[in-house]
Amino acid sequence: MDIVLENLTKRYGSQKAVDNISLKVATGEILGFLGPNGAGKTTTMKIITNFIAPDEGEVYIGGKSIKDDPHEIKRHIGYLPENNPLYHEMPVIDYLSFCAGVQGLEKSHIPDRIAEMIRITGLNKEKHKKIGELSKGFQQRVGLAQAMIHDPEILIFDEPTTGLDPNQIAEIRKLIRELGKEKTVILSTHILPEVEATCDRIFIINKGKLVADGTAESLRRQARSADILKVKIEDGDPNQIFRSLQGIKSVSTVEFIDRNMNKFEIHCSGNESNREIFKLCVEKNWVLTEMTPFETKLEDIFRDLTMN
Amino acid sequence: MKKIWILTKRELNSFFDSLIAFIMIVLFLGFSGFFTWISGSDIFFIGQASLRSFFGIAYWTLFFFIPALTMRLIAEEKKTGTIEMLLTKAISDRQVILGKYLATLILICIALAFTLPYVITIAGIGNLDTGGAACGYLALVLMSAAYASIGIFTSSITNNQIVAFLSALCIGLFFHILFRIIAGSMTGFIGQSINYLSMSVHFESLARGVVDSKDLIYFGSIIFMGLFLTEVSLSKRNAFN
Repeated sequence: MDIVLENLTKRYGSQKAVDNISLKVATGEILGFLGPNGAGKTTTMKIITNFIAPDEGEVYIGGKSIKDDPHEIKRHIGYLPENNPLYHEMPVIDYLSFCAGVQGLEKSHIPDRIAEMIRITGLNKEKHKKIGELSKGFQQRVGLAQAMIHDPEILIFDEPTTGLDPNQIAEIRKLIRELGKEKTVILSTHILPEVEATCDRIFIINKGKLVADGTAESLRRQARSADILKVKIEDGDPNQIFRSLQGIKSVSTVEFIDRNMNKFEIHCSGNESNREIFKLCVEKNWVLTEMTPFETKLEDIFRDLTMN
Repeated sequence: MKKIWILTKRELNSFFDSLIAFIMIVLFLGFSGFFTWISGSDIFFIGQASLRSFFGIAYWTLFFFIPALTMRLIAEEKKTGTIEMLLTKAISDRQVILGKYLATLILICIALAFTLPYVITIAGIGNLDTGGAACGYLALVLMSAAYASIGIFTSSITNNQIVAFLSALCIGLFFHILFRIIAGSMTGFIGQSINYLSMSVHFESLARGVVDSKDLIYFGSIIFMGLFLTEVSLSKRNAFN
């Protein structure tokens, strides 16, 4: 099932929490929702899950507007809200059985689904404990299990890995990637490596407005005006190397990083420059010991887009 | 309907797990038993095989206990955020409200069922008017249903349980005694109208054994209004979340 948001706007008082956001998420896509605190991520998710109504705009899920038949559409959505609210006084199994029942699962299927969820989320040892007695990481797993219990086609996770240890984070990411093969997943997070590790597509919002939409790769390409290479060339006079490098056509500027170590930073346009630098070294009989393309970090892109 | 029952079961379990149900039943039986059998204008003082004194006491004890039961129903879920988890599942607001309301009613009925030994005892002492007793219980259940609907409404307007409790008592107080007092100082049509709003008028007429459609409509409309306003208030969740 795909998700389409059309010109979504939501106001809290005079402040626009979500400002005219349009977005399409295809079936089988994992969308990472990024943005600083208060950017409108959670509000957008609450609108998609039909918890709150937008002031303007429409949400279509599987081609149907969520206003028309919210009851039917909610069955296809699994949602893990922010801060993972759970009934702390209930044992894990009872809670999952309650969620399955409320989601309208057939009574005969419920025990199988619960067993499956407990296996996937690794809750076997904790299944008879009360939720309030579990550590935060295990509670998070219960939250994930309740979101997936009815095998929904759309999964919406609001910060799914908060409170988990690094091993659990790796597991959950793996789980999300697996789920994303056949399901539509939207997840929001502050952790940028997480988005790169799990998501097919990144959607950055700031102050309720869309500021970037694309794969991690395409965002990098957009943010990068020129390629930057870090080069170390030995067996030559630094000044002579500097002049020769500047002589290359595709190279726009050359800077010393470390004159004594013969390290240079080269800003260049076009893909040919690294070949030409290599040829130059061969010609002059210099030894090229290091050439590193300088990657723009997602953090930098994020900061560029969301700080003003 | 199946989903409402699932919600009701969860809510009832939560009443019993958190001991609220036991405390409520023990206190209710303690109070009503003490004043029915031991102290004040009890049965032996009146000297009649009638449940009138019990209904009089239960009329007051339930008035205080019901807001204590209903105050957490929605307010707590709002506070902990579980309301978001619940309402994004494949159920409607109305099903959630009805599920919780039904659980409260069932708990009250359980508490009232524990007073059946009173009926049996009194029937053993003398000649009990069973029809009157049945009507008295019906009046208690209907009154409880009315206050529970007010309680669930006040629980839905706040995420603070104390506020929910006090506002339910506050609204309840008008129906319980204030309308009758106000009506007492007025005459004519306005006085009559306000008098009609008073819970005690309808409760007493029903508890006497007179089943009048006027009384049933009165209880029914309070219940309906309470639940309807709860649904309206719950649908405006933006304001509090």
